[in-house]
Amino acid sequence: MSEANTMTVTSVWEGGRRPYAVNSKKFGMWLFIISDALTFSALLMAYTYVRLATPNWPMPFHFSPSIIFSTVMTVCLLSSSLTMVMAVHAANHGNRKSAVGWILATMVGGAAFVVLHLTEWLGLINNEHVTPFDNPWGVPLFGGTFFALTGLHMTHVIIGIIYLGIIAIGTGSAKFKLEDVEVSGLYWHFVDLVWMFIFPLVYLMSAKI
Amino acid sequence: MSTHAEAVEQHVGGASTKAFITVWIALLVMTGIEVFLAYEQIPVLIFLTALVGLSVIKAALIIAYFMHLKFERLSLFLTLFPMLILCIILMLLMFMPDSSRLMMMRPQ
Repeated sequence: MSEANTMTVTSVWEGGRRPYAVNSKKFGMWLFIISDALTFSALLMAYTYVRLATPNWPMPFHFSPSIIFSTVMTVCLLSSSLTMVMAVHAANHGNRKSAVGWILATMVGGAAFVVLHLTEWLGLINNEHVTPFDNPWGVPLFGGTFFALTGLHMTHVIIGIIYLGIIAIGTGSAKFKLEDVEVSGLYWHFVDLVWMFIFPLVYLMSAKI
Repeated sequence: MSTHAEAVEQHVGGASTKAFITVWIALLVMTGIEVFLAYEQIPVLIFLTALVGLSVIKAALIIAYFMHLKFERLSLFLTLFPMLILCIILMLLMFMPDSSRLMMMRPQ
């Protein structure tokens, strides 16, 4: 008892406590997000570098269908982020059924994004004859950087849909903890965040410059 | 009672549903502005500044509200973000002057 009275308040950094006040899964996801953000930063930087340095950079993104498609895709992703937030909100209040419903809505938004993106890709490949290695304008780096950047992002969206599906099943059957919904939400919002840079830098800049 | 409910809301969710919807609408409006600017006759430098500025604001809103960082401890933010921002600045400092130089060297 006397020992307890003589204990002094120690810093949260001295061990045995949680200085970030988040669980380890959430902190792990944050670390992954930061490293993935650097990957996308490097790719966006490479795209911008090549674009600035290359004369006659192709601009095949016409208002219809490319800009319309990419704008609708942006709305799909933003809306799916809202439904994901609602899923996390429901999970934080202990409502598993509602959380699963919102996760499924998020997956629908993500699937709509992928379908629209693939349609836009096919339009570029079939109508404009753009491939990752060649195009009619003689600037092969355009296809290489465009498909690498948007392809990596689309891969993240597809992995996100699968991840959310697993989380929905686990949450619905009470096998997963409710905090897992929040961790998956972090990933989904990051995918949305990355698109907020790809959309203007790749598509909208093509309309003017 | 309502005060207690609000306190619970703040504790478990960080922000209210209304705040989330407001952020979502703000993000949609900013996206609309970006598309509108792309087809307006404005100087390229202003267009680029607006585009990058709006993208950064949108990213900040997503990180702060949707990813909940606004309601986490400052120590988490300080551990994760300064080095990310520093790395991006370093990449910009290394690559952008060179790409601009190459742009100036293009045959007229």
